[in-house]
Amino acid sequence: MNTLKRNILLIPGLAWIFIFLILPCILIISLSFFERGIYGGIDYNFNFENYSRVVEFTYLKILLNSSKIAFLSGFFAVLFGYPAAYFIYKAPAKYQIALLFLVMLPFWSNYLIRTYAWMVLLNNQGLINTILINLNIIKEPLNILYTEFSVIIGLIYNYLPFVILSIYSSVSKLDQNLIEASKDLGGSSIKTFFLVTLPLTLPGVAAGFIFVFVLSIGNFITPDLLGGGKFLMIGNLIYDQFLSARDWPFGASLSFVLISIMLFLLFLQSIFVRKIS
Amino acid sequence: MKFNKLYLLLLFCFLYMPIVVLISLSFNKSGLPTAWGGFSFEWYVKLFQNEKIFKALTNTLIVATVSTLIASTIGTLLAIGIELKKVRNNIIEGTVFIPMIIPDIVMAISLLSFFTLIQFTLGLHSIIISHVVFNIAFVCAVVRTRFNHFDHSIIEASYDLGGKNIVTFIKITLPIIFPGVLAGSLLAFTLSVDEFIIAFFTAGAGSSSTTLPMLIYSMIRFGVTPEINALSTFIILFSFIILFTSLRLNKESVIS
Repeated sequence: MNTLKRNILLIPGLAWIFIFLILPCILIISLSFFERGIYGGIDYNFNFENYSRVVEFTYLKILLNSSKIAFLSGFFAVLFGYPAAYFIYKAPAKYQIALLFLVMLPFWSNYLIRTYAWMVLLNNQGLINTILINLNIIKEPLNILYTEFSVIIGLIYNYLPFVILSIYSSVSKLDQNLIEASKDLGGSSIKTFFLVTLPLTLPGVAAGFIFVFVLSIGNFITPDLLGGGKFLMIGNLIYDQFLSARDWPFGASLSFVLISIMLFLLFLQSIFVRKIS
Repeated sequence: MKFNKLYLLLLFCFLYMPIVVLISLSFNKSGLPTAWGGFSFEWYVKLFQNEKIFKALTNTLIVATVSTLIASTIGTLLAIGIELKKVRNNIIEGTVFIPMIIPDIVMAISLLSFFTLIQFTLGLHSIIISHVVFNIAFVCAVVRTRFNHFDHSIIEASYDLGGKNIVTFIKITLPIIFPGVLAGSLLAFTLSVDEFIIAFFTAGAGSSSTTLPMLIYSMIRFGVTPEINALSTFIILFSFIILFTSLRLNKESVIS
């Protein structure tokens, strides 16, 4: 097949992505430099007003809070996910694939349903509170639902499978000779883990962390359902600008900020991975 | 070693507890998460009598089927086009990667602004167009993995023996990548059935083009009815069946 014919195969797909994704994204970016019209439309008046609004205290606080929640989710997902990935790797070889499959399986059910299940569990009259009260551990139901804590639990739950998978792939690539060498040279198990295993598996840790961070910071469903709409994350703020506040240009500039944060983190990760390998 | 097992056991409790609780609640006569009122199929009966759910299910199946058909055709062509190129083209590969990493909410508002600007009427067709965008990327990614053990010399052999492009494609390329195309289509179908945010933004006003996830969202958001547990159980089972089928397909294809 010659080059021309090969290119014909590419055209429908690339054109679809270009027209219905790249073009709309360019539109959103340009929209962010205009301002909201009096009746909720758009005034085509070029300025940077929206971006100076993004760094205003109210919005900056939301941005920082979103980053905090995304950071904590990523941190705890890695903290709980690392031992899981490591123990799966240590399990007999014939069980490893099955264990990984079991880790990924819940991820295949609907995101809304998984989040809703946590609403049922964490509710004031929910399962967790009922059990704790019946066991006489607590007297009054704990207000877990509709807090930052419940949002973080939801985010960790939804993204933990990916973190485990990404760390597992790093751990399984580990050169066992290095571990043996460390032990032969008198390193204890703990020392070997912190000085050899952990540094060598950092690319998997970084990939897992960035994955959770990026998906959490732009998340809209989890803060909305598990946070009860009580506090905003940047995803909810964008949503509001488009559906209730009708300030599209400001929503557009928030989206642009969100994409920039994301791309920056992915860029950092690629540098990090390159440096280590 | 005991600690390892205990840790993994706790992990699986954490991962499966919500799903197990939801499924068992769907059989709870009282409909409440706190009190067990006995085993019953009541909520399943109510579910089947609910016309709103039936309408939303129909919409979802239309969107998922049509977007999967379009995306698997275009996505497969794209995958072949990329893989047959002898030099890697980073711009093309990057473009195909974008729909997979862009935050849903950003893609949703971009499409909404775009459709509004060109004064495109919103409805099921605009959801389909939007779903095709990310489905192309996922189909393309899955089909491309089939080329990992693809011996390009077979194609050369076919040409040498006088096979034309079309003949070579139908008799050689397609049979080899077909399991990948099927697996990619199943993935696309599931993604489309589950997708909420983009559908929510591109469905337009009115309830005529409400999809199942949109209905579930409003059921959760504005007053939970116990029927949702039954509905969730159905959707979970459905997703798992699709997953097993797609794994089956890939396994068989590796053997052959």
